[in-house]
Amino acid sequence: MANFFDIKARKEAAASSAAGSFKTVASKEEPNRLQPWVEKYRPRTLTDVTAQDHTVTVLQRLLHTSNLPHMLFYGPPGTGKTSTILALAKQLFGPELIRSRVLELNASDERGISIVREKVKDFARQQLSNPPAGPAGVEYRKKYPCPSFKIIVLDEADSMTQDAQSALRRTMETYSRITRFCLVCNYVTRIIDPLASRCSKFRFKSLDKTNAGKRLEDIAENEGVKLGPGSVDALVRCSDGDLRKAITFLQSAARLVGAIKAGKGKEKGEGDGMDIDEEDDGMVTVKVVEEIAGVVPDATVDELLKAMQPKAKGIVYEAVSSAVTDLVADGWSATQVVGQLYEKVLYDEKISDPRKNQIVMVFSEADKRLIDGSDEHLVILDLALRVADILAGA
Amino acid sequence: MALLVDKHRPRSLETLSYHQDLSDRLKSLAQSGDFPHLLVYGPSGAGKKTRIVATLKELYGPGVEKIKIDSRVFQTTSNRKLEFNIVASVYHLEITPSDVGNYDRVVVQDLLKEVAQTQQVDLSAKQRFKVVVINEADHLSRDAQAALRRTMEKYSPNLRLILLANSTSNIIAPIRSRTLLVRVAAPTEEEICSVLKVVGKKEGFKDVEALNKRIAKDSGRNLRKALLMYEAVHAQNETVSENTPIPPPDWEALIAQVADDIIKEHTPQQIMIVRAKLYDLLTHCIPATMVLKTLTFKLVPKVDDTLKAEIVKWAAFYEHRVRMGTKVIFHLEAFVAKVMRILESFLMNMDF
Repeated sequence: MANFFDIKARKEAAASSAAGSFKTVASKEEPNRLQPWVEKYRPRTLTDVTAQDHTVTVLQRLLHTSNLPHMLFYGPPGTGKTSTILALAKQLFGPELIRSRVLELNASDERGISIVREKVKDFARQQLSNPPAGPAGVEYRKKYPCPSFKIIVLDEADSMTQDAQSALRRTMETYSRITRFCLVCNYVTRIIDPLASRCSKFRFKSLDKTNAGKRLEDIAENEGVKLGPGSVDALVRCSDGDLRKAITFLQSAARLVGAIKAGKGKEKGEGDGMDIDEEDDGMVTVKVVEEIAGVVPDATVDELLKAMQPKAKGIVYEAVSSAVTDLVADGWSATQVVGQLYEKVLYDEKISDPRKNQIVMVFSEADKRLIDGSDEHLVILDLALRVADILAGA
Repeated sequence: MALLVDKHRPRSLETLSYHQDLSDRLKSLAQSGDFPHLLVYGPSGAGKKTRIVATLKELYGPGVEKIKIDSRVFQTTSNRKLEFNIVASVYHLEITPSDVGNYDRVVVQDLLKEVAQTQQVDLSAKQRFKVVVINEADHLSRDAQAALRRTMEKYSPNLRLILLANSTSNIIAPIRSRTLLVRVAAPTEEEICSVLKVVGKKEGFKDVEALNKRIAKDSGRNLRKALLMYEAVHAQNETVSENTPIPPPDWEALIAQVADDIIKEHTPQQIMIVRAKLYDLLTHCIPATMVLKTLTFKLVPKVDDTLKAEIVKWAAFYEHRVRMGTKVIFHLEAFVAKVMRILESFLMNMDF
């Protein structure tokens, strides 16, 4: 993709070399800038997919035999499910056929039962399109296997209604001669059993630190982003194995660092301050990463934790409530606070196991309430007071 | 005559008085031409909206201030017609999808796709993309948020989203990972004081520092509330001094009364009296959560230290119930009864 844009930019530059340099600079930058890195660095072939060795080997074997079962991909977000199926489709059909052979539907499209009945069924029923005729076609066939079926990708399938899912059941079987389905979802439990049993399942596991870190470093190197010490670790930690999140964080951080640079360059009166090369000076540090990820600084959490330590009853309330009020006024997200507090309390050696047991119960209740949309201030205050109570040994 | 809040609202990023580094960052993002999707969060009255409007101005120039209100009709799958108001300029749209309740998904899907598929009309515009500002993004239903996911990636050349929310807890993770998170913290009390001073100077009010400080403290770090209180004080009194009482909002006064009632007597008759007051509050459209929260914070200083944690615990419990249930009065009364019971048993134990 990057090559393509380069060529285009070069052509344009050749065409309008007389017209002045400003426009060419803009057109060269724009596609690069506007494309999210997540899309830019999406794996193009199966071998590019990071860290899903088992799934990739199985799929590669299937690729050679040119036969595919119905598939169900599941796993936490950002582990490469959509990327894998798109890469597979690309390798199977190549750029010419992919439009007519693959139908991708996701949650942003209307996907009620009527769509399953009409759009999906119509597509499944369609005749297969053929690779281009003549010698070009032969060449094409050599490059891509072009097996005789179409693929329907139902992305984010767990947000499909039960009815829509059950409408798929028979459709999958009837047209299995010329159509394969691939369901992609986060929670396999939300897929109704009859559908799940028709598919071969592939589990995508959460990415481990080394793999994710390596990928991030590659991208940073490609984009010319300087990484400060420990920032890769911070990225991986803040994103809990979600590579997409990590890459987005990286891009945002690079933008932020770069934007500040560019702003400074502009103030000096130099229009070229926006140039990508300028961003090289910016360094992505742990602090920038944490700021972007919305992580509460350790000092703030520690302060709350300190306030919760056993004291006389009245004082505890005053200390905790003022700490919580500040926390809420500073706009920290409650779920984040609860998560980080949980980590801290759980790994505190000084707290005995039975007490930790009780504390975890309190945390679970608070989390449920937050998910249901309760008032954050009250929930955190309640949580902190109850934990303080348990710590005091009531 | 406009309220002070609107009259002295800063219009550009330079004139914003606090969070200087945040303003600088937004400014350089707007100027760099590489503007990401934003998710702006922070408590109310912290200046999220003001900041965003200023950022839009930085992006497109003064054209964004010429706004018009459009009324659009959407059709749901079950052929119900929805009326929906859109505030729009040539460059941006502002929507509050939570207005239409459960049907917000339809609006998000249709409207955003429509916007994303059309190019910028004004060729002389500074940016190629249009901006859609979504208010109260934390009230978007799960479906609507799921619908946003792909839209954000697919149409990124033509469309930028700015989501405004009070907290990120209710925003699903995929959206959070696709946006640049911008936290707007509430101003500190000193910052509020300095704002009040500047506004007072412009209006020609007498500057009483101690009063300003009290207002800042009472406002709970909410600048909008502080300005409204400031205006109220100056509107009601010809001359102000350090000791001029700050009139609390009516509803707060009423809740203070309720708190007193609860402390004073713990009988079924008293609950009936409280019930009348609670109904009064609810019919004046004070949200139940607000009632419960204010009541809790009024009650807590009045009770014994050992009971404080207990009262907060039950407040959180019934607040959750309010959120899950449909009829709020049940849970408010249950809370009142519970508090009375706690207080009574505490007293009994002391007695015997």
